[in-house]
Amino acid sequence: MPCNTVPIGSNKEISPGVWRLEAPFSGDIRAGQFFMLKCPEGAALLPRAISVCDYDGETVTFLYQVVGRGTGELSRLQAGDKLTLTGPLGNGFPVEELQGKIALVGGGIGVAPMVYTAKVLRQMGKDVHALCGYRDVPFYADELEQAAGALDIATETGNHGAKGFVTGILEPSRYDAVLCCGPEPMMKAVTGQCMAAGTPVYVSLENKMACGIGACLVCTCADKDGKNRRTCKDGPVFRGEEIDFA
Amino acid sequence: MHKLETTLCDLTLKNPIITASGTFGYGEEFSPYMDVSRLGGICSKGLTLNPKEGNYGVRMWETPSGMLNSVGLQNPGVAHFIENELPIMRKFDTAIIANMGGGTIEEYVEGAALLDKADIDMLELNISCPNVKEGGMAFGIKADVAWRVVNQVRKVYRGKMMVKLSPNAEDIVAMAVACEEAGADAISLINTLKGTAIDVYKRKPVFRNTVAGLSGPAIKPVALRMVWEVAKAVEVPVVGLGGIATGMDAIEFIMAGATAVQVGTANFVRPHICLDIIEEMEAFMESQGIQELSEIRGCI
Repeated sequence: MPCNTVPIGSNKEISPGVWRLEAPFSGDIRAGQFFMLKCPEGAALLPRAISVCDYDGETVTFLYQVVGRGTGELSRLQAGDKLTLTGPLGNGFPVEELQGKIALVGGGIGVAPMVYTAKVLRQMGKDVHALCGYRDVPFYADELEQAAGALDIATETGNHGAKGFVTGILEPSRYDAVLCCGPEPMMKAVTGQCMAAGTPVYVSLENKMACGIGACLVCTCADKDGKNRRTCKDGPVFRGEEIDFA
Repeated sequence: MHKLETTLCDLTLKNPIITASGTFGYGEEFSPYMDVSRLGGICSKGLTLNPKEGNYGVRMWETPSGMLNSVGLQNPGVAHFIENELPIMRKFDTAIIANMGGGTIEEYVEGAALLDKADIDMLELNISCPNVKEGGMAFGIKADVAWRVVNQVRKVYRGKMMVKLSPNAEDIVAMAVACEEAGADAISLINTLKGTAIDVYKRKPVFRNTVAGLSGPAIKPVALRMVWEVAKAVEVPVVGLGGIATGMDAIEFIMAGATAVQVGTANFVRPHICLDIIEEMEAFMESQGIQELSEIRGCI
């Protein structure tokens, strides 16, 4: 039964407000999937949807940003404390279908799923290139560079890498597919760039979730036909052109 | 007889734990996490005669010990449900309850007539929907309006019918009595409480409709009080819900007079929580030397 309460391995702040949590897990995880995480004794009622950053068959690594009560509670867990994990959930990136040169584009905490995605793609012998945008100080860049083999960085302050948004260093025509995760305006912009270049683009959406398994319908997003799609179950990965970005 | 076996109207339930409408899909989403057939029953997602896409914008906001939702009854419509989702629910060996709402009495009656011919164990009538013909005031606010809709549906639906009350009713006891008089075979309560949340940075309501429905442990004391009041006032069985998340919560509702209970928001906390609730109830009964729930039902 893929809902278990386990003692966590470690939980560390790796950059201001950004934490890395490791927990034991065994079973298959597809690139781009997520788990629902909940502190069993926490005051937050609902679990939080957190994407898989890395996985080695025994330990699953999550990277998360502390934004409110739920993630605040997660950040106070110490090694050995109990955590309830439900997952892996969602569709993930269609890694088997991807051919040629693949760009992995992450923005802020959206770099998290790109580490495991890069590993999976390279294990399949595929050619990947990571591009990441941060506000100021990069985090998890070394891990991502190691996983992807190549990484370009942009920061809004210009203190690291190119100055500006990651969209400024992305040339979609150089790739056969673009996988993207980050703030919605960034995913909208990347989708626009890719559609103009005719490059297939896949976006991994974020939304507030309650159940995470497709039942409650609170995390729906609108597609271009005006139909509701469940971010948790029909996604979180969609073709960029399918989504009606706000 | 199993300790938790429960008779609701003429239905024999394996136990008094029913999943609440809108929190359990049509059961299938939960089957990877639990044996759904161990439940007493499942209520379908809230249906309406015609399909509804539901509300735009933010649909959920967590609050202290609760959540606000503004899903807006997104559902495929009664006919689609009967053809597509009901057969999925029927694969589970548990009581199948179809929950249905409507914006006009005509919609309720037409939907109920379709469900009358469907293979369901019970109809749960949701009277919390806005009455579009009478300016948006919910059917569930005034007892005489509720009486009319229940009375009309009773004429076309021959199976067992439970009416789900809104805590926003003017007088919850008068509402329950009116529904019983109009032909309800059971009363379930409570639906969500009206609430709101404000995004202080945007200086705007979180929800497009401003008002949303509050559920979860935060509403449990209110629900328990209303169940206690209603159970004393009606002859028909009462199904209690509102914030139940543990076996002890369920026992409290039984002691307040509920025949069975529904578990809603707690299904989101961990998908197999209903099985934990069943086991906690059994352990409590064992520890207290209780053989059957009838020994403690309505004991306060």
